[in-house]
Amino acid sequence: MKLVKAVIRPHKLDPVHEALVAIGVASLTAGEVKAFDRQMQHAEIHRGTQYSIAFMPMVEIEAAVADDMVEKAVETIREKAVTGAPGDGGILVCDIAGAMRIHTQETGDSAL
Amino acid sequence: MKSLGIRLLGKGLGGGAAALALALPAAAQDAPALNSGDTAWIIVATALVLMMTLPGLAMFYAGLVRSQAVLSVVMQCFAIACLASVLWLLVGYSLAFDATVGGIVGGFGKVLFEGVTADAMQGSIPEIVFAVFQMTFAVITPALIVGAYVERIKFPAMLMISGVWLLLVYAPVCHWVWGGGWLADLGVLDFAGGLVVHLSAGVSALVIAAMLGSRRGFPNQVHPPHSPGMTAVGAGLLWVGWFGFNGGSQLAADGGAGMAIAVTHISAATAALVWGAIEWIKFGKTSLVGVATGVIAGLATVTPASGFIGPLGALILGAVSGAICFFFTEIVKEKWNIDDSLDVFAVHGVGGLIGVVLVSVVADVAFGGGGLEMSMARQLGVQTVGVVATAVWSAVITFIVVKVVEALTGGLRVDEEDELVGLDLATHGERGYDL
Repeated sequence: MKLVKAVIRPHKLDPVHEALVAIGVASLTAGEVKAFDRQMQHAEIHRGTQYSIAFMPMVEIEAAVADDMVEKAVETIREKAVTGAPGDGGILVCDIAGAMRIHTQETGDSAL
Repeated sequence: MKSLGIRLLGKGLGGGAAALALALPAAAQDAPALNSGDTAWIIVATALVLMMTLPGLAMFYAGLVRSQAVLSVVMQCFAIACLASVLWLLVGYSLAFDATVGGIVGGFGKVLFEGVTADAMQGSIPEIVFAVFQMTFAVITPALIVGAYVERIKFPAMLMISGVWLLLVYAPVCHWVWGGGWLADLGVLDFAGGLVVHLSAGVSALVIAAMLGSRRGFPNQVHPPHSPGMTAVGAGLLWVGWFGFNGGSQLAADGGAGMAIAVTHISAATAALVWGAIEWIKFGKTSLVGVATGVIAGLATVTPASGFIGPLGALILGAVSGAICFFFTEIVKEKWNIDDSLDVFAVHGVGGLIGVVLVSVVADVAFGGGGLEMSMARQLGVQTVGVVATAVWSAVITFIVVKVVEALTGGLRVDEEDELVGLDLATHGERGYDL
């Protein structure tokens, strides 16, 4: 059981979500975050003035998946979230010590 | 009365209005007849001009700052509106429009609107209507300067500077041009406030911004406009309100007022297109903030000319202002390194200057204008005198006022922590957005 955390471009949330559901991921959370990355230097121009933006608005998704699903989930996110430009974000995989589905009180892999 | 005569004489587009101007001296001896059409229009125009500040300018500026200072900017506009209105009643109107003292300033004869009763007349409208119409001009002019000091000025310092500025800069310049002062005697053309409103505010904004210092992170690390949509709504309200500003300055409901509104609209639209085109060429994108700013530049520029020109002149003024004001936003911030945060000088100072100078050209009949009363070269000279006098007076008095206020308030700026937190919470204890 692993937690797959990904920071992706906000407009990639829908395609990533649809693809994860299609491969059998049952639940995930998504939140708006601001991300800084050396590769993601960004500027906005308003009425001729250039503003450099340190923190870009991004979306962070988290999905807990069974061990045999991890590779597939990571690859699915990568495939759907990539644009090829710097600032596409990143994916982390973390160990999970335990899990429970509150409604059914199931624990372990069956809670996912 | 003299001011009214000069303003009416100055324009030549409406034949009826010229006849009215000639009739004025005679009419002034008897009680002049009230024209209910004129009166109705100026009452409406008064409401339109107040709407320019509340909420037009407040929203225009509020969208341009970071989200932690959105309320402080609205607050500054509202507070100035209240303060300027009371000061105008107390003494401002008198300094601007009472009988002249050597062409420099009005006397104290109209303090507390003395004699400005419902029956007193100013041309074909009641003087109380005229006085309150002018009050809304006195409201917006110091409020324009807000753009110079957003996100960092102390609230009491802002109030003191605005109030004293109204009485020492706005009221005298208003008297010189519209109150029968020395610039009016020279024959200066300033229909609705290129000198009185826009150049005076623009130059003073530049001086205040330079003395106050930049926002933290200026020039490259300041936050971008937090709500371009809010800015666009504000610009729209300003645009509509400007019909009252320029059209109302005719002080009559006639063809001249209609033409003033027409040229106002054309100049705004043209300047916005030019501004947007320059952004497109330079950056590959046209920003809403840029186009909204182009609108305001076009409006400020046509203001002094709006009673003297035709649509062709407006097209020219709009195009010139869209280009020149755009480049001045870069020059002020990048070359001069002055954080006139919301481009008050580039838009209003430069726009007003362009309009005041070019009116001596585009008012010519060759450009569809009403024609000049003197040669173009002579008019250009008079306009230049007006520009220099207004700019120097505004800069010098503003410098002194700011120095005195700085001493009284122990520094103009809030401390660094408050600036970081944002004036909304630090100064007013409120949040614009609770997320």
